[in-house]
Amino acid sequence: MSIDVAVFGVMFVVVLGSSIAMLFARNAVHVALFLVVTQIGLAVAFLLEGAYFIAAIQIIVYAGAIMVLFLFVIMLLGVDRREALNEPLRGQRPLAVGLAALLAAEVLYVAYKGSDLITTGGGSQALQDLNADPGNVKALARVVFSRYLLPFEVTSILLVVAVVGVMVLARQMSAISPVSARSGSSVADKEEAA
Amino acid sequence: MTDVPPGYFLALAGLMFTIGVIGVLVRRNAIVLFMFIELMLNAVNLVFVTFARMKGNIDGQVLVFFVLVVAAAEVVVGLAIIMLIARRRASANVDDVRLLKW
Repeated sequence: MSIDVAVFGVMFVVVLGSSIAMLFARNAVHVALFLVVTQIGLAVAFLLEGAYFIAAIQIIVYAGAIMVLFLFVIMLLGVDRREALNEPLRGQRPLAVGLAALLAAEVLYVAYKGSDLITTGGGSQALQDLNADPGNVKALARVVFSRYLLPFEVTSILLVVAVVGVMVLARQMSAISPVSARSGSSVADKEEAA
Repeated sequence: MTDVPPGYFLALAGLMFTIGVIGVLVRRNAIVLFMFIELMLNAVNLVFVTFARMKGNIDGQVLVFFVLVVAAAEVVVGLAIIMLIARRRASANVDDVRLLKW
């Protein structure tokens, strides 16, 4: 019985509690804030499992950058808009919860049954040695820039495609909105000239 | 490093993933749906890190990087699309978008 067990217990309660609170929060901003709490709790889980660099990245990228983007869009679309509660498909919500409970039972069964099957490698001790000798960041960098070099380069293509796609979408966005009607090259301007 | 058995982490990840599935099926706001997808991606990240600990190598942690990059790209493009739809229809409700439904 060590301090780790206590930390794990607190982390478990915080992560699970705030994820369940996400389901019941009516306001989109509250959902986003509960998600931030969940992600910080997960960073603690990563620390417990010896993934130190991932824990830092989790807080910087997820809880920082991505969630700020979410909050930005929520603010842009209006915070106080209520979510519609009607069900277009009758009985969809009870069915969803029932099927999800089934999924949870399956996943928990697999986690219970399979957790001792996969320990074929060096186990926890080998990762501890890796974290001690080259260090977590160095060990990660060696693997990323050798064995996973091609996937790493491909992700850069993915990011470029995403940036170009968003730029195209943003141009369409300014073509619809009335603010940009006098900005020059929009369709509405040409129609006015004709 | 911890001596908590990996199965507990896997159970937490499974429960988180299930909550994400419920959220995507039950909620109606498109942005909230995206946040539940993020929750599911986070659960999978926890599974990867736990498997890395069980196997004793660092490859699982590398996979978390790639999940992170894909999640960032997906959020950026998805939020832009939601913005476009919300501007056009004045709501972010996913049930309003049914133009292609017969």
